[in-house]
Amino acid sequence: MAEKIVTAPLAQLTPEMVLLKERFGDAIQPAEYEGIVIANDRLLEVAQAIRDDLGYDYLSSLTGVDYFDKGYFETVYHAYSLARGGGPLVFKARTPRDANAAEIPSVVSIWGSAEFQEREAYDMFGIRYTGHPDLRRILTWEGFAGYPLRKDWKEAYYEQDHKPFDSRWPGGHHVPAEERVQFHDNVTVSSETFNVESFTPEAEQLLYSGIIPIPGSGNGHGLHTDSVVVNLGPQHPSTHGVFRLVVRLSGETVEDLKPVMGYLHRNHEKIGERNTFSQNMPFTDRLDYLCSMSNNFGYALAVEKLMAVKPPERTEYIRVIMAELTRVMNHLAFCGFLTNEMGAFFTPFIYAFEERELILDLFEMASGSRMMCNYFRFGGLARDISDEFVQRLRHLVFERLPQKTDEMENLITTNEIVRARAIGVAVLPRAAAISLGAAGPLLRASGVPYDVRKAEPYSIYDRFDFDLVTGTNGDVYDRYLVRIGEIRQSIRILKQALEQLPVGEIQTGKKAYQTRVPAGQAYGRVEAPKGELGFYVVSDGSPNPYRYHVRATCFINLGSLATMARGGKLADAIIGLGSIDTTMGEVDR
Amino acid sequence: MSDKSQVPHELKDNVAVTPWTKLFDPLSPIYNWGRKYSMWPMGFGLACCAIEMMATAAGRYDLSRFGMELMRPSPRQADLMIVSGTVTKKMMPQVVRLYNQMPEPKYVIAMGACATSGGPFKEGYTVVSGVDKFIPVDVYIPGCPPRPEALLQGFLKLFEKIEGQKISTSPWYTKKEFPAIPVPLLGPDLIDLRKVQETRNEQPEASTVPATN
Amino acid sequence: MYGLGIAKGMWVTFTHFVDTYVQDAQYLFRSAKYRSSRLPERQGPKTARGLFTVEYPREKLQMTENYRNIPFLVYNSTTGQERCTSCGICAKVCPPQCIWIVRGSDPETKRPKPEPVEFTIDATICMSCGYCAEFCPFDAIKMDQNYEMGTYDRWNDLVLTKDRLMKPDTYHYQIHPSAKDAEAANIAKSEKAKNR
Repeated sequence: MAEKIVTAPLAQLTPEMVLLKERFGDAIQPAEYEGIVIANDRLLEVAQAIRDDLGYDYLSSLTGVDYFDKGYFETVYHAYSLARGGGPLVFKARTPRDANAAEIPSVVSIWGSAEFQEREAYDMFGIRYTGHPDLRRILTWEGFAGYPLRKDWKEAYYEQDHKPFDSRWPGGHHVPAEERVQFHDNVTVSSETFNVESFTPEAEQLLYSGIIPIPGSGNGHGLHTDSVVVNLGPQHPSTHGVFRLVVRLSGETVEDLKPVMGYLHRNHEKIGERNTFSQNMPFTDRLDYLCSMSNNFGYALAVEKLMAVKPPERTEYIRVIMAELTRVMNHLAFCGFLTNEMGAFFTPFIYAFEERELILDLFEMASGSRMMCNYFRFGGLARDISDEFVQRLRHLVFERLPQKTDEMENLITTNEIVRARAIGVAVLPRAAAISLGAAGPLLRASGVPYDVRKAEPYSIYDRFDFDLVTGTNGDVYDRYLVRIGEIRQSIRILKQALEQLPVGEIQTGKKAYQTRVPAGQAYGRVEAPKGELGFYVVSDGSPNPYRYHVRATCFINLGSLATMARGGKLADAIIGLGSIDTTMGEVDR
Repeated sequence: MSDKSQVPHELKDNVAVTPWTKLFDPLSPIYNWGRKYSMWPMGFGLACCAIEMMATAAGRYDLSRFGMELMRPSPRQADLMIVSGTVTKKMMPQVVRLYNQMPEPKYVIAMGACATSGGPFKEGYTVVSGVDKFIPVDVYIPGCPPRPEALLQGFLKLFEKIEGQKISTSPWYTKKEFPAIPVPLLGPDLIDLRKVQETRNEQPEASTVPATN
Repeated sequence: MYGLGIAKGMWVTFTHFVDTYVQDAQYLFRSAKYRSSRLPERQGPKTARGLFTVEYPREKLQMTENYRNIPFLVYNSTTGQERCTSCGICAKVCPPQCIWIVRGSDPETKRPKPEPVEFTIDATICMSCGYCAEFCPFDAIKMDQNYEMGTYDRWNDLVLTKDRLMKPDTYHYQIHPSAKDAEAANIAKSEKAKNR
């Protein structure tokens, strides 16, 4: 692998980075490809300056990278300024790749969104973030052997470092994976020799130690009461998938709340390193499985940045059409899910799914599959859309969808029960939303007019005329209204895109099954229906990515759940969770 | 008492002896018809296949036509567990617990590639390669995700299986014990306690060695 | 007035309820077969109202041409010759690596022969992405539309070997009508490769 790493060019310092360098001197060094490296001992000072003096108040992405040959772990931070918009300030921190002493100071005190992301980097790489309030594993379980995303860590079914595997062709006699492995199963520890008696599970102890009931904390009425810890377990009708909440309740009031995730951790990033770039595309479908087109879009953008290709005009318009249709579909389904949580037993859900089925028919016509579309390619699309597609879309966009949105609003918006259960419930204040890295409708409902399509326009969004919908109070009702507003804006964009749709080819360059991506680092982000979905791709010039990280918006949005739920009733916490609109495939990857 | 030899000689002409099979099996079609058209699934929606399961339950491919629209959240009230989505090692103990809590007769459908065999994520380190590694599965439905029609066809296959069951041979009316499947442990990796018990049975002296680490 | 919002919502539900009987009234004295033949109309975006249900298994929706489920191999129905040359591109490009191919080789010269000896697809791993069909240079592997694959036994029924994967090109053109013209050039290329 050493011969692949050519000397990477050092980044050009932007004026802000030059300011930082003047102030902090040698602690700031230019990094490879982009950004600056900050020395660990002054990381907190510099981070404070970045947030307060330079105005980068929003830490969007924090990820670890294992540079095996160079001998260090790197944590890459992408910070944005909400007021100014525009591109990120990229900075990195490094620590030697020593098994026990990999430490970096934690930036949780500066940006709250680092809390879950640093736990994830610890879980995957073993980097200890000193000063983190609760550094436990988040996607795997406490007691898991090893740090999975390290380059020298091999999984049980490990065959080769990179696909395609040699065992499939030319001598590809079918051998099931179970028969290839020593223990005949996807485990690295033999069940037979495991010593059950001496095993103490640590996971639950560490989890509950942060949320133990305070005896006699009382409920303010002079009665001696205790609070109780309750698990809203991974199997629960209201948790939108496999997600667990540990709640400390005093009666019906939530005192504290800890989310436990990782029940759907499907090793997307490790598998992503084994895959080639184009093989990763169908796996991105399965991230936010309701909105597969948006996931494809984000990944295609990130890799096209590295390859420096631009798709043709028709492709850009079709991409926008698909992304906005996905947004409409997701927000309609959200109305169904939210009212489910409130108790409207499936009626709006069924109406929303009827419209969703019609949109899925369109997706199936274009891409071949209802949900896992796998439609985007680097520099183009898989196949063109037919005239029947455009006809059906015209009818949907100009007639049916506006009518159905009005119907959904008639059903829900003025309903007194919905208003009583949603207004003033699960409030997320503006400052907390920014600090905790909330994105998408969650951020806009708290009064921050930030949308990636307007702040850092990608594809051809700067050509369309649409408004940003924001809320004022940051409660559940505002999040619902923001999403209904976004459906209408999306229909507006769809109308414009349909009018302007050009004829032409749909792929830049020849379609090839082997994509060679030049060495580099890129962060491509889109405004997915749930929020800002980012893909951080590091390439070393080979057909497989060196590091592939997904900035999962639902994962980071869940960090706001505790703030929203504290002080409210348990049922309100459930509605708050529903209003974040999580999809566990993206939370756990 | 299924043969005439137990009857006293003088009563032989007045007593009719019918074996259990002849008595109950003609009722089996009605029994099975009632069971199969009122199955209550425990919609165990884990991942993407859960969305297709919801779409099956929604307006276009109605599950109410099969009597299954009541998706019970509680395993105690369900008799069909539709494992839809990838089962990860962290989730596997809960899947086994829920399966144990379901009352007999119970059926399991592995919906989708991931529940059948780990699917496209089979090579992952936290993915269980197929839910049938721990619980017995009745019908496998491949696809990623399977269309709602494919799920309905899987149900029809399950109904065929149910139609083939007879009251006289149904295990839940006998005195047979249904031992609960031991819940796997989350140690350094997922530990299957049945394999531990197997080796214990083979080498009984090993269990008397005290744990010294 | 308190309750007006709820009343508005109930009106929406009521109109949906009444809508479901409109079609029943239209088809009142028609047979179930007539109703089923109107399925595309009931499911199209312009005319879908009221009962939106597809009554599987009695009624089945027509799949669009692009729909993809599990792949199958194509052979020429007149000559019986397989199109696959065991070049291995589908096995290399498959994201979960669920295709196993043993390349054919000439017994005397030991050189590769353009015909697979073994071709196995593990349908329980396949993610229906369609890459194999998209990148096959000989149009030999295509995506099937048969979704009725529920089974009791996953090892015997869902690991598809070559004999179960081979289907005639008449079937392929039946489910993919626009493929016949599009593939004419590629067929010629494949036959040339085989006759070499």
